[in-house]
Amino acid sequence: MLILTCPYCGITADETELAPGGEAHLKRHGPGSGDDEFHSYLFTRENPRGVHFERWRHAYGCGKWFHAARDTMTLEVFGTYKAQTTEPPKEVRAAITARHPGWSWRDFS
Amino acid sequence: MKRYSAFAIAREALRNHTGWARAWRAAEPKRSYDVIIVGAGGHGLATAYYLGKNFGVTNVAVLEKGWLGGGNTGRNTTIIRSNYLQDPSAAIYEKSRSLYETLSQELNYNLMFSPRGVIMLAQTQHEVRGYRRTAHANALQGVTTEFISPARVKELVPIINLSGPRYPVLGGLWQARGGTARHDAVAWGYARACSDMGMDIIQKCEVTAIRREGGKVTGVDTSRGPIDCRKLGIVVAGHSGVLSDMAGFRLPIESVALQALVSEPIKPCMDVVVMANTVHGYMSQSDKGEMVIGGGADGYNNYTQRGSFHHIEETVRALIETFPMVSRLKMLRQWGGIVDMTGDRSPILSKTPVEGVFINCGWGTGGFKAIPGSGWGMAELMARGHSPLTEAFSLDRFREGRFIDESVAAGVAH
Ligand SMILES: Cc1cc2nc3c(=O)[nH]c(=O)nc-3n(C[C@H](O)[C@H](O)[C@H](O)COP(=O)(O)OP(=O)(O)OC[C@H]3O[C@@H](n4cnc5c(N)ncnc54)[C@H](O)[C@@H]3O)c2cc1C
Ligand SMILES: [Zn+2]
Repeated sequence: MLILTCPYCGITADETELAPGGEAHLKRHGPGSGDDEFHSYLFTRENPRGVHFERWRHAYGCGKWFHAARDTMTLEVFGTYKAQTTEPPKEVRAAITARHPGWSWRDFS
Repeated sequence: MKRYSAFAIAREALRNHTGWARAWRAAEPKRSYDVIIVGAGGHGLATAYYLGKNFGVTNVAVLEKGWLGGGNTGRNTTIIRSNYLQDPSAAIYEKSRSLYETLSQELNYNLMFSPRGVIMLAQTQHEVRGYRRTAHANALQGVTTEFISPARVKELVPIINLSGPRYPVLGGLWQARGGTARHDAVAWGYARACSDMGMDIIQKCEVTAIRREGGKVTGVDTSRGPIDCRKLGIVVAGHSGVLSDMAGFRLPIESVALQALVSEPIKPCMDVVVMANTVHGYMSQSDKGEMVIGGGADGYNNYTQRGSFHHIEETVRALIETFPMVSRLKMLRQWGGIVDMTGDRSPILSKTPVEGVFINCGWGTGGFKAIPGSGWGMAELMARGHSPLTEAFSLDRFREGRFIDESVAAGVAH
């Protein structure tokens, strides 16, 4: 069972209390953007076998959206953090680097 | 290839079964091939088979990182049906279903295809309307389905509880020619036929890089060394994102776990396949007597072939309401596979941004039924550059907004 700690209320919840929301840190595109930008924003995904940043909602708790960094190959959780950010915090990146030296994800690594 | 027959069984019985040959050769990789298919699941093997059979392309290797059929092809619940909604889906799924009807004879391999009939229960007014619409669409597409009454459902499935307190059975979408087949046998049968045409099926050979020159594929690096090719077919289901990354493009696909389970064997009690999409569960009885059960997919990215326990709990809870007699059954085994989900729940059979690289993926929770039809279309696409069966399923449909929305037909995983 996947267990994540909500960075808002601090509750360590198992997945039945949470709702998954897909890949995090997508660059949003709006009016005036080209087809390629819309295509990558709306449809294409990293879907990595390894480090993954994703959105979750504490659906049966405080109700807030947050972010989690996980390994899709081992199910290890590297950390969770608040959603009001455009990139993962230093501690989370350090935890990932400790496990996967040389990992990459957009410009975050 | 020695043919299998009743006579062969009798002959081997008399000589202690010492004369059976290997079903396919354990081949060593050559330096180069005309076509390399990555992934020896059903779709990869069927692609290779129809390349040989329909187009005479036999200088082909199928590379598999694990063992043949060890991916989703060997992990699914084997439901075969073609009662989808959109025309391109009806075309490819019905082609597939009809190929299954005679495939055992064609491959000289018993696939145990059992057209026992598939019911999709309507348990809300919304589903009643949805399935009536599907039945009408299917009539126009030449796919034989009908919307049946609760009384007819009870006749077909005596063990069903029609008057569940929350979701009473209000009818069902019935496809009499749908059914099941032996999943491993589909992979083995195609592999044997491919090997017989001189193709190399190479297990324990993982593709680790895709080599390109000037935007065109030249070969692959593998755990058993580099191999050249002129055309490359990527047919790796849950690992499509990993392979597309090697080729330098991204896909509209996410990989998630889908689970299934089987009960202890019991006496024959249900001779059709029943799917309950609202409550997220489906069930059929295997020839050994086990109840084969499946449910919904997990919601988050996962490559571990292990799913979440609470999904099993939900599925079983739903099925107990619909089939009260299963409440005393013990479950024998549970397992998971990594399925490749697209946003419109339809597959991708397409050219890619890299010349010579083709991809067949996105079958998600429901591609076993599609193996023969998908292989047929993919082979044509790779040999000729286009195929009427696969045209609508191209990668650029997302960019162009040509979705093939099957979220209703694929409402529950199967
Ligand atoms: C629990 C479950 C139940 C299902 N039930 C049904 C059902 O009832 N009806 C239905 O129609 N469908 C069902 N499906 C879906 C169906 O199983 C799949 O859509 C189908 O089997 C996909 O076949 P494939 O050949 O594309 O993939 P796979 O069989 O997964 O084959 C892909 C192969 O590629 C190999 N591979 C991956 N990466 C590499 C690499 N780098 N190098 C070399 N090889 C590689 C893998 O090892 C694998 O063997 C179910 C799936 C699951 C998991
Ligand atoms: Zn919270």
